[in-house]
Amino acid sequence: MSLLSIEQVTRNFGGLTAVSNVSLKIEKNELVGLIGPNGAGKTTLFNVLTGVYTPSSGRVMFNNGDKEIELSKLPPYKITRKGVARTFQNIRLFKELSVLDNVKIAMNHEAKYGLFGALLRIGHFYKSEAYIDEKARAFLKEVNLDELADTKAKNLPYGKQRQLEIARALATGAKLLFLDEPAAGMNPQETHALTGFIKEIKEKMNLTIVLIEHDMSLVMEICERIFVLDYGKLIASGSPEEIKNNPKVIEAYLGDEVEV
Amino acid sequence: MKNYLNKRNLITFALLLVIFFVVQFLIKEKIITSYMRSNLYWIGIYIMLGLSLNMIIGITGQLSLGHAGFMSIGAFSAAVALKSDPTLSGLFIGIGIGILISLIVSFIVAVPTLRLKGDYLAIATLGVSEIIRIVLNNLSITGGASGISNIKMLMSWPLLYVFVVLTILLTHNFKNSAVGRACISIKEDEIAAEAMGINTTYYKVIAFMFGAAIAAVAGALFSTTYYIVKPDSFGVSTSINILILVVFGGMGSLSGTIIATFLIGLVNIVLQPYAELRMIMYALVLIVVMIFRPQGLFGSQELSLKLLPNFKQNWFKRKEKSS
Repeated sequence: MSLLSIEQVTRNFGGLTAVSNVSLKIEKNELVGLIGPNGAGKTTLFNVLTGVYTPSSGRVMFNNGDKEIELSKLPPYKITRKGVARTFQNIRLFKELSVLDNVKIAMNHEAKYGLFGALLRIGHFYKSEAYIDEKARAFLKEVNLDELADTKAKNLPYGKQRQLEIARALATGAKLLFLDEPAAGMNPQETHALTGFIKEIKEKMNLTIVLIEHDMSLVMEICERIFVLDYGKLIASGSPEEIKNNPKVIEAYLGDEVEV
Repeated sequence: MKNYLNKRNLITFALLLVIFFVVQFLIKEKIITSYMRSNLYWIGIYIMLGLSLNMIIGITGQLSLGHAGFMSIGAFSAAVALKSDPTLSGLFIGIGIGILISLIVSFIVAVPTLRLKGDYLAIATLGVSEIIRIVLNNLSITGGASGISNIKMLMSWPLLYVFVVLTILLTHNFKNSAVGRACISIKEDEIAAEAMGINTTYYKVIAFMFGAAIAAVAGALFSTTYYIVKPDSFGVSTSINILILVVFGGMGSLSGTIIATFLIGLVNIVLQPYAELRMIMYALVLIVVMIFRPQGLFGSQELSLKLLPNFKQNWFKRKEKSS
């Protein structure tokens, strides 16, 4: 069984079909790229996969080893708890909070106390808080952000903000990660560092990663398989080499050949 | 149990006792006059209101303009209870009923309205408090438009102190927990919070109901302090007065709300002799503060010793940034 099966997913906005009848499968431990020209429907597909939009038709199945779950029926927060997390095209950190608190919020499901436990500090409150604090700090160490733990997220340099957003998504305990243009707005050095970071966490934490990206050097370097969307339709899939030479892809990016 | 007995909690507890007995002594020696005492009650009740609204606006980021409505629920519950049983136990029964009704009403209100954002939520909550006011205006048990008068005065410094300290403790614990972190993440970025596995609707409703329940308690204390409650004292202007405390002190800062309430209470005392002029001066003070500290006295930070060494630096740095 594939980890994630997208089965004939369509999403309409009024008369516009942003994603049209897309079917694809993603296997465990893959690093998959999703590319396509602007407005091809990549982010819409991500939003369908993570529950922000419900598909107009079709379904998304997630197989975590033991049983199959239909993700397209769940709200975003439940999808996250099933082990699927994402980052955003425009960074959405909790800007006024410290790096540590950003990660702690992602680990909120670890808190083994409810409202009354919190108000009266009874039950597992102290134990749970100590555990979360320890776990969050250990996690930051693992993703090389421990020195910045007390810095406010908004004061981080741009590259570090991107890195924190990926780390925060991971801190939810996710095994399947959707990265929406992680290298957007980065200079070549930052992109290089990010590429290394994505490779590193994938190996270290046994992740499956799907990423949208316009930076082809990054896509071609790290993706094992690439899907190409154009006008909401899946027009090609395959290894980076196959995609580079696929006439349909070249046409989508550069346009049709013209007789002169 | 051993978790409670850390150094910090013990120092806090000792400090609370000292404050209590000092003020008790000052009242006994008549250094705090009865006029000042009634101002003290005002400050205490408004600290409770400000803190509870801060849970909704400052922590969770949901702009509610209907706080006086929940206050009036508590006030009338206590007034009715005190009419049939003018003792402390009557007051506590009234507080209990007030909390219960307030929780039910806030739940019914929260579920549909908290789907709205920003201005729309503000208008919806404003409407709710008006509905509560008009219902109270037409109920015979609450005395209609003239309200209930000659309520037994049971307010005293120990009673006030216990409730204010309890409110500070509960709101502080709320803020500094996984529940509080979830609420703060909603204020910071709702979409990201949802993507982090936070059930945003659940936490918004929880924060709203928590704030409404404390407001009901404050309302109950209000009714036993001022002898008389009528629906008109819980209109929009009261909601705005509470909102001012939160904005003035800093959204999300509990110590900010407390200090802002003290300052405004003091301004009220100082300006008392000027009658009409008072409201103009009061407005001027607020305008000046908002020009120089638009994020409120404390921003979202808490008063702590950590702030002191670079306090001056921070003060000006933050001012520059926000402008």
